[in-house]
Amino acid sequence: MYASKQPIDSYASKMTDEKRHSVYDGTSSGTYKRYSVLFKDYEDPDALRKLAGKVKDHTLSHLPKYLEQAEKKLTENGATVHFADSDADARDTVLAILKKHGVKRLTKSKSMAAEEIHLNPHLERNGIECLESDLGEFIIQLDDDIPSHIVKPIIHKNRNEIAETFLREGIAEDLNNDPETITRRARSYLRKKYFEAEAGITGANFVSAESGRIALVTNEGNARFGMAPVPVHIVLVGIEKLLPRDKDFGLFLNLLGRSATGQQLTVYTQFVGGPRHPDQPSGPEHMHVVFMNNGRTDVLKSNCREILRCIRCSACQNVCPVYRQSSGHAYRSVYGGPVGAVLSPILFGDRFAELADLPKASSLCGACNEVCPVDIPIPDLLLRLRDKAKVEKVKSVGALPMAPFAVLATSPLVWRTAMTASKMMNHLPIQYTPVAPLQNWLNQRTLPKWQGGDFRKWMKGRQSETTETKESSKSPSND
Amino acid sequence: MTAESIQNSAKGKQVLMMGTCLCDAFYVEAAKAMVEVLEYLGVEVVYPENQTCCGQPAFNSGDWKSSRTVARHAVEVFKGDLPVIIPSGSCTAMHKHGNLLQFENEPDLPAVKDLADRSFELIDYIVNHLGVTQWPGKLDAKIAFHHSCHTRGSGTRPGAQTLLSSIDGVDLVEYGQGEQCCGFGGTFCVTFPHISGQMGTLKLDHLLENTPDYLVSADLSCMMHLGGLAEKQGRKLQYRHAAQILLYALKGGAID
Ligand code: SF4
Repeated sequence: MYASKQPIDSYASKMTDEKRHSVYDGTSSGTYKRYSVLFKDYEDPDALRKLAGKVKDHTLSHLPKYLEQAEKKLTENGATVHFADSDADARDTVLAILKKHGVKRLTKSKSMAAEEIHLNPHLERNGIECLESDLGEFIIQLDDDIPSHIVKPIIHKNRNEIAETFLREGIAEDLNNDPETITRRARSYLRKKYFEAEAGITGANFVSAESGRIALVTNEGNARFGMAPVPVHIVLVGIEKLLPRDKDFGLFLNLLGRSATGQQLTVYTQFVGGPRHPDQPSGPEHMHVVFMNNGRTDVLKSNCREILRCIRCSACQNVCPVYRQSSGHAYRSVYGGPVGAVLSPILFGDRFAELADLPKASSLCGACNEVCPVDIPIPDLLLRLRDKAKVEKVKSVGALPMAPFAVLATSPLVWRTAMTASKMMNHLPIQYTPVAPLQNWLNQRTLPKWQGGDFRKWMKGRQSETTETKESSKSPSND
Repeated sequence: MTAESIQNSAKGKQVLMMGTCLCDAFYVEAAKAMVEVLEYLGVEVVYPENQTCCGQPAFNSGDWKSSRTVARHAVEVFKGDLPVIIPSGSCTAMHKHGNLLQFENEPDLPAVKDLADRSFELIDYIVNHLGVTQWPGKLDAKIAFHHSCHTRGSGTRPGAQTLLSSIDGVDLVEYGQGEQCCGFGGTFCVTFPHISGQMGTLKLDHLLENTPDYLVSADLSCMMHLGGLAEKQGRKLQYRHAAQILLYALKGGAID
């Protein structure tokens, strides 16, 4: 029925109602919660997010300095710091650490950085068993699926589907879709696994350059469980996650919880400064921090550098009407929604041409910018990427040619004639015009009546009238 | 301030009107209403004949080269030092924001910046620049106001709220998910037909819940999309530009 040439649009048009409802409900409730908790707690949340944007901007402008500082602190604290330039470097670095410590089994706490470099399959190919410990990620792993949302990776699934997965995988003996039962079953399954693991991999929400402290937030406590019994803790983190000072945690953690899930703070917030101190009763003896670049310095050099401020809260995904209709999978990359539409084509720069349709999947409504806790001007960045595609002559599906429009819009006489002539359209069977955009409009909508030229005529008459009145008011008889 | 008390202070004021291509092609009554409303306030409206479009279709499509050509034409047409008043949040945003973005590395950025500083959306101009907060007359109507995306964070949003709700007899109704985009998005609606249609339908579901007499906005483009969608779906939706509502009130509720 529709000429959906854009991959995201055709993906959305084929989604089942069930899936669409799951995504729509999950995202809109997130938006609503965020709104109510932010405005309840802060008089001027907008000022806060502007401030956070500035702090991040400053950090990114001085990134080498802060990275050096963080490295120094972490080393002083007893951690080992690694830098990985590419995705392959990052995978190899992690693998080498695991090999060195003889690790065969590990648990992972949700990490977008690990998703970004497809770490699990790489480790598994090398004989290391990785278990996802975030409930959503765990289900994704069981289903051999990929996350479709930053914070709620299985936003596209409902509880019936999860119950079926559990039954299929032998985690449950009967089909039960009660959320509490599902959670309890996952919990007892995962508990055992934590003790069998020899290492824990986590991401990091923020890293303070001042102290080298790493802030980790979860709602399930899985990062904590993952670290408690293992001798080795590996942190895989993008270089953009730095904050200058410990006190910046206050601002960012408050914004993160509220923007992500509408919570004042997430249930668990951990600060990890280094490996276990001799005075501490437990904890990993070895801590490795892998700072990953993987294209980030290229983004910094581009005119879309603001996207590196992102704290992965998902508020933009939740509010985005296109994401709501299509889910994260439509974006064909680990980062979906508005943030992904900017980040993916530019972060994975060698795939720009292949991903250049993503920035077009937006009505440029600006809702993402309005909610972003670090005030990223996402619509501007989408527009810059559209321009980049055009300048670099990247072939674009369904693009309308604009050069003729520019000629028309800079020839006033032709423009006026065309406007007046457009009235003829009222008498033409335009529903049969073989112009795809017009057909796409008329498939679902009617057009108002053409009245081209009428206003100009009216205005002309009126202006000559006023001039006449003015002229006459100047005449002596009226003085 | 009331509209009457502004009449004297605004006397002698001149503004340039940018009529927008939508008014040029379809919405004559909205454009006329804009002129009459401004004139009622004592402002003289000048309509430069050579005007065409703000260039937004090309800008949003990513063809900034074409778009800058059109923008340069607009800069020429609206040169001078008079304010440029526009019955559209979207075209205003193009002048105030889009142009600055696409000209950031161009030598004629200052000229574009000058046009940006002089451009105002109509309702924003009336409320926040002329200072009118009370509108005279009467209109018995239930109105659902659509806060278009391009008026996010601009003076239009609170301005429209203040002005329309001050009209005797007007009942401004709230509706669910008011912040969500209607799905128009310029060329988006034809390149992403499925998602655009879904977005518009959701918007209509919320909007029509309270059966308003009119959908009103400072952007005709969104309403053209929603109106066309509603008609195709056989749902009743009347829409008017905010200027038309102001004019109806002045005429004591006479509606055309
Ligand atoms: S772009 Fe902004 S809103 Fe979106 S995930 Fe990142 S920080 Fe959150």
